[in-house]
Amino acid sequence: MHLAHYLGLLHRSQVNLADAFRQVAVAHHGEPDVAILCRRQAQVCDRHAELLHPFAERYAEEATDEPDRLHAELFRGTRTGGIGLLRDLHDLYLMAAECDICWTLVGQAARGARDEKLIEVVARCDEETAVQMQWLRTRMKQAAPQALVVAR
Amino acid sequence: MADRIADPWGERTPYGPGEPWPVRVDLHLADGLSEHEVDRWARSASILHSNGDAMDIAVKDGRIAGVRGHAADRVNRGRLDPKDLYGWQANNSRDRLTRPLVREGGRLVETDWDTAMNRIVDRSRQLLGSPGGWGRFGFYTSGQLFLEEYYTLGVLGKAGIGTPHMDGNTRLCTATAAAALKASFGTDGQPGSYADVDHCDAIALWGHNVAETQTVLWMRMLDRRHGTDPPAMLAVDPRPTPVAREADVHLAVRAGTNLALVNGLLRQIIRNGWYDEEYVTAHTTGFDELCRIVDGYPPDRVAGICDVRAADVERAAELLGTSRRLLSTVLQGFYQSNQATASACAVNNLHLVRGMLGRPGAGVLQMNGQPSAQNTRETGADGDLPGMRNWDNPQHIQELAELWNVDPAVIPHWSPPTHAMQIWRYAEQGSIELLWISATNPAVSLPDLARIRRILTQPELFVVAQDLYLTETAELADVVLPAATWGEKTGTFTNADRTVHLSEQAVDPPGAARSDLDVFLDYARRMDFRDRDGGPLIGWAGPEEAFEAWKRCSAGRPCDYTGLTYAKLREGSGIPWPCTDDAPDGTERLYGDGRFNTDPDYCETYGQDLSTGAEFTAAQYRAKEPAGRAFLHAADYQPSSEVPSDDYPMLLTTGRTVHQFHTRTKTGRAPELNAAAPDVWVEIHPDDAARHGVTDGDRVTITSPRGGIRVRARTTGIRPGVVFVPFHYGYFDLPGDRRTPRAANELTATAWDPVSRQPIFKITAVRLEKEH
Repeated sequence: MHLAHYLGLLHRSQVNLADAFRQVAVAHHGEPDVAILCRRQAQVCDRHAELLHPFAERYAEEATDEPDRLHAELFRGTRTGGIGLLRDLHDLYLMAAECDICWTLVGQAARGARDEKLIEVVARCDEETAVQMQWLRTRMKQAAPQALVVAR
Repeated sequence: MADRIADPWGERTPYGPGEPWPVRVDLHLADGLSEHEVDRWARSASILHSNGDAMDIAVKDGRIAGVRGHAADRVNRGRLDPKDLYGWQANNSRDRLTRPLVREGGRLVETDWDTAMNRIVDRSRQLLGSPGGWGRFGFYTSGQLFLEEYYTLGVLGKAGIGTPHMDGNTRLCTATAAAALKASFGTDGQPGSYADVDHCDAIALWGHNVAETQTVLWMRMLDRRHGTDPPAMLAVDPRPTPVAREADVHLAVRAGTNLALVNGLLRQIIRNGWYDEEYVTAHTTGFDELCRIVDGYPPDRVAGICDVRAADVERAAELLGTSRRLLSTVLQGFYQSNQATASACAVNNLHLVRGMLGRPGAGVLQMNGQPSAQNTRETGADGDLPGMRNWDNPQHIQELAELWNVDPAVIPHWSPPTHAMQIWRYAEQGSIELLWISATNPAVSLPDLARIRRILTQPELFVVAQDLYLTETAELADVVLPAATWGEKTGTFTNADRTVHLSEQAVDPPGAARSDLDVFLDYARRMDFRDRDGGPLIGWAGPEEAFEAWKRCSAGRPCDYTGLTYAKLREGSGIPWPCTDDAPDGTERLYGDGRFNTDPDYCETYGQDLSTGAEFTAAQYRAKEPAGRAFLHAADYQPSSEVPSDDYPMLLTTGRTVHQFHTRTKTGRAPELNAAAPDVWVEIHPDDAARHGVTDGDRVTITSPRGGIRVRARTTGIRPGVVFVPFHYGYFDLPGDRRTPRAANELTATAWDPVSRQPIFKITAVRLEKEH
């Protein structure tokens, strides 16, 4: 049973994403919509991590011992300015995408494990992650022409 | 006539349900002038609020000398707001701008039109000369120009320069109304009519102090309340407004909790079976999800979140749920607060589940603040596309490209048009280098004024201000263009219930002042904007031609003007759109057949997530298969991001007073109005006042993280912990050395609703101290 590895990966990804949202909120306080929504989304990620925690612990007991090669580091600090905002939102998007595919795979595994409670958690959370991605995409699409073509 | 300063609403003319609202003609003329001595009367409507009260302007010896309400008009039946009775005097004010000004050596000096316009054109050409030049322009316009002016501005911006950076100060007043209507019903367009007041048996006012913002609409409501079978009344407002005092149920909710309240009311209505199951099934989508969400808001929980009594929540739900003809009106208490769009949509939900739309007395009025705010939304001078078209629908862009005979790629449609707060941000960051401000005064009306002044004075930013007076904004501009105003130019504008009025030129503008239309046309000519075949992009030269061009743009869209002409508007009085060959007298109410504008090929938006503003795609929208049904958008309450703290323990809310409009550019120059409300004040609950050792008339300092103001205290029955400051007061009438900070927006924060992008003026954490 290897589900624990994916639960661990997803849990860490949510914790990392929460942290990255908070860093971006601080770094881009001059963009109030970004700052406010990033703080809100950090709380959403916190809740996801909390909901996952008991499952990660439970499945860890049944896990086979295997080195963790799944952890990916995407975010290495914030940047400034119009293009900096774009790059930071881009990183957040990729981190959210990491969570998104993890939710899909954990959801599939939960079905295989016939774990109704986990299926319920996934159903609730993966929708919220999808909204995060869609918001980040919307905000980046809006910012890109000004940052990449207009700004000198 | 009653003293309309002391009694803004005048005498009652009571009437019963279904009866016509009696006529009452209000009149005010210059001292000593009588009606029969007036040389001539010019037809117009009010420009000092959004109600659209029709009037005639009195002309004596070539000057405006008074006003008289228009008895035949559907909106006001002769009545006028005190601002209109006295405000016309501002046209004759001695400090009108009469010549263009340009900045020379740090000072503004008088010049001629050629010099001023050439400066703007030279700068524009320079900016357009390199790639991405379109993105270096920002246009920040108004809710007070005429339709013809907005449409011309929209075309020159979208097809001439090709910039998405155009918005109005209507972002501050009406953006949430538009966003909520689009989200629920597919397109913008007011469902209801003021005539619903004549037929309703209940009126709910959601954050709408109509007694001070649209006094004539309030007169209509009061006249029903004084007649037979009066309508019940619900008011939601943290302040003890005249509306709240009149209402049968007043819910003084905690600032920022509107959504929790309306969710709770919806729950009661659904649980008690007060909803219209047949209507819900046939005409809406999303009912199950709505039930799931609102079920989490039982009265006790709502009482806790909103700090009102659970029994009052139940009473309010009963009032709403048992009415047979319910009228709702919504304004800034919802639009400028936390979760603005979601809360305004929740009011739409209430009407959808009760089937209270499109018949006499059953309607929603998502209101506007400004007289021609509706027209910015129609013509695309704010963050919309002309004719309520969908920026994400290539077919809609193609229609505009064909109409204007330009390459579709010129019309910016890669994302929604840039909203005002983002335009200012780009200016702050330096990527917008030319900011053209028309008929508005952001140096008093936008949040965080210290920041706005800093942006306006950035040396790299070229600022054009087009106004009647040297406003606080114009003082900081590089070029100031003197504009003609209401009564000095001809054009149309549309009120909050879609009624179109013609406003005729009564007198000549002062000195060299020109209409905003002439200024925009002159700029387009000098810039030599061309269509695809080398012809002039803008082929019209005057207001009536501009109106005819607009009619072609509006054809087939919800705001269809094709059945209107200037001649027709001169014949009778105001006419509500859509007005077409099929509906030659206009349309009283929308959606009478329960068929909404949600068809994917017709709708104005593919929708947004209400909590983040994330845009949905065409495919996602189509998957919802709306098929002419309205959307029930459900969202959970989330606390506001701005909350009181130890340093800033109170909440500030801002708003209007009946005798002033906006930044007082006109009302502050009308002696009676100015005398009625000459200076700013703060309203505070007696308990809070006592805690701070403050009594009526004391000077206090109010501070937020952005700045501080010094104002006099006035104790009222406002919610404890909340203070109110009217936002009208800036600095133009104070000499430089007496400009003590007093503008409410010195305190407010730069923050906005994620969907409508309307700034949140109603929730600012502040500290109050008595001055010694």
